[in-house]
Amino acid sequence: MKDQENQKADTNKASGLSRRGLIKGAASASVAAVGSGAITGFPMVWAQNIKNVTLRQFGTGVSNLNAIADKCKEELGFNLQLTSLDSDSVTQRAVTQPKSYDIADIEYWICKKVFPSGVMQPLDTSRLKNYDKISPLFITGKLTEDSEIAQGTAPHTVGFVESQSSKKFAKSPTNWMTLIPTIYNADTLGIRPDLVGRPITQWSDIMDPAFKGKTSILNIPSIGIMDAAMICESMGIIKYGDKGNMTKKEIDATMKVLMDAKKAGQFRAFWKSFDESVNLMASGEVVIQSMWSPAVAAVRSRSIPCVYQPLKEGYRAWGGGLGLASHLSGLELDAAYEYIDWYLSGWVGAYLNRQGYYSAAPETSKAFMSDDEWGFWIEGKEAKGDILSPSGDVMEKAGSRRDGGSYWDRMGNIACWNSVMDENKYMVRKWNEFIVS
Amino acid sequence: MNNPTICLNARPIDAYMTTLINKTNIRSYWQALPLTLVLFLFLVFPIIVIGIVSFWDYNEYSIIPDFILDNYEFLLTSPVTWQAYLKTFKYAFLTWLLTLSIGFTVAYFMAFHIRSTAAQTILFLICTVPFLTSNIIRMISWIPLLGRNGLVNSGLQSAGIIDQPLEFLLYSDFAIVLAYVHLYTLFMVTPVFNSMMRIDRSLIEAAIDAGAKPFQILKDVIIPLSKSGIIVGSIFVFTLVMGDFVTVKIMGGGIRANVAILIYNEISLLQYPSAAAGAIILLITVIMMLVILFRLVDIRKEL
Repeated sequence: MKDQENQKADTNKASGLSRRGLIKGAASASVAAVGSGAITGFPMVWAQNIKNVTLRQFGTGVSNLNAIADKCKEELGFNLQLTSLDSDSVTQRAVTQPKSYDIADIEYWICKKVFPSGVMQPLDTSRLKNYDKISPLFITGKLTEDSEIAQGTAPHTVGFVESQSSKKFAKSPTNWMTLIPTIYNADTLGIRPDLVGRPITQWSDIMDPAFKGKTSILNIPSIGIMDAAMICESMGIIKYGDKGNMTKKEIDATMKVLMDAKKAGQFRAFWKSFDESVNLMASGEVVIQSMWSPAVAAVRSRSIPCVYQPLKEGYRAWGGGLGLASHLSGLELDAAYEYIDWYLSGWVGAYLNRQGYYSAAPETSKAFMSDDEWGFWIEGKEAKGDILSPSGDVMEKAGSRRDGGSYWDRMGNIACWNSVMDENKYMVRKWNEFIVS
Repeated sequence: MNNPTICLNARPIDAYMTTLINKTNIRSYWQALPLTLVLFLFLVFPIIVIGIVSFWDYNEYSIIPDFILDNYEFLLTSPVTWQAYLKTFKYAFLTWLLTLSIGFTVAYFMAFHIRSTAAQTILFLICTVPFLTSNIIRMISWIPLLGRNGLVNSGLQSAGIIDQPLEFLLYSDFAIVLAYVHLYTLFMVTPVFNSMMRIDRSLIEAAIDAGAKPFQILKDVIIPLSKSGIIVGSIFVFTLVMGDFVTVKIMGGGIRANVAILIYNEISLLQYPSAAAGAIILLITVIMMLVILFRLVDIRKEL
């Protein structure tokens, strides 16, 4: 039985490789011919087969963008079917309905939960041309040689497994990657500068009695607990061993701080989805809250001032990537590799950069952005002209600067990654109690 | 001496009657079969599954077949559960009280003060107009009205009645009960109106002739005779409020919670077994409440 399976896998691999060889040839030929528009050369070779391929990708709304599916169809020739869900539903679906998707677009902390259940297969990094373009943040965990590795589920700790059939995360980079990183960012608190009435400099400012009834945090336990930990640490109440992997005692202490604040009426609401956070902020119900970068942009696009405030303790970071469902094989698997390689090749990266996220392969995306765009989004420079969103609306006026500064200022100042803890079950119960209390 | 002959005659008739009854019985069983199957497949079977799963174990990403009592133990000993039940009962009671008083008044007006049937029908249809939109939309439309900078607050502030915006209007128990009353009053109006329309008008005339005062008529004639409608309406309102989570989620701003929110949170966190245990306990609670309500009135007789 096992031998048979292995054999099957081998033949798949063999045919995949030979097909890939062809494509590589075609690609390099078209590189020579067309230059920068190289990727358009791809579908020619296997256009007949690949047209019928549809890859079903699902994930959180952040990177499940129709523009990417359209571009994929245009450049690679096959269809990409996207489904967007919230983080909880993504985890749920990834585990309980593995046959319902081909590509999972999930966050690293979700991967830590999902991958060991065997519903996904690791990716062979040698099949990806752009593998060495991936930011070292996802390979070694260090943005630069001398940067420190942040707490929490840092992507590189769950980024590799020991072998193709292994479900165990490897300690150091191997040839088998669980997720190919695509998107990440550094999160902090959003504020209404016109309503807070004083400079906001640290996480604990959200607990200032002056903002009683005007604050909110997000109700997704694995992320909310991190924001809570940043707040407690900043208040000087708790000192954590590892915020990303708390002990029961630390969880209890954190929850007590939150519950007391809730009883005292510090919070106006808890939000669970992106648009809830936008509405809370835009309507003035809250003036300081946990927020995601595009939500800040959405508030600002309504001409309401909103700042993604850098804080002295640093950022809470998150990262997501694409993984393969374990049932994927043959032509679909080849298409999936092709797609993921294309994802890293620059166009998508530039698209994501323009939304305020970061591309996992920064250097490839540079070619797809103007100098001014690159300067504004990545280098933290003053915008020379208006900065447009991917859909062409003005996001930032000329002369503005990105909150928090450059890529290196922001991603180099991570205090903690979104994570899932060993005491996850306990934490979730406690979190539930906090929400209900 | 006549008795034996009667008995003799009666026996075949008796036997005939019994077979007749048996035959109709069998026929009516056949008629009830489709509904029985549907109810079994889509109601009884799922509940059995939920009951079984509530004894299972779970970890972060999967549920494990087992027989443990942890889920119930945690549920029944956690003060949070009791708080949530207290909150749920509070919402249910307040909503019931308000929908009953509003619903009864509206139904009374339509049944006894509007003379023509056409006008009654039109008024009743007007009552149902809000139901032409989705209940989520009806709920969300309260938010711009009640918010800190909403219509109510800015209206009151510009009229000089208050200096500070009223915070309790939104994301509070007030907002939740308000939305419930708005959503569910019709469920009270309809059955009460229905049972009031069946009251024989000559009974009221008789009461007037016997010298009853208007309040006495209400207390001794109309309320007892519309009891079945009141109970049916109460059952609707109670069960709807007990099992609802969307209203609490939207109007409570995620900061308030009832039992259903507790279950919803657990489901979204993949903790199916503990959610199942929560659902079973909630089911038992609601059934107990229904048993009490059904004790008050024999629904089959009254309808």
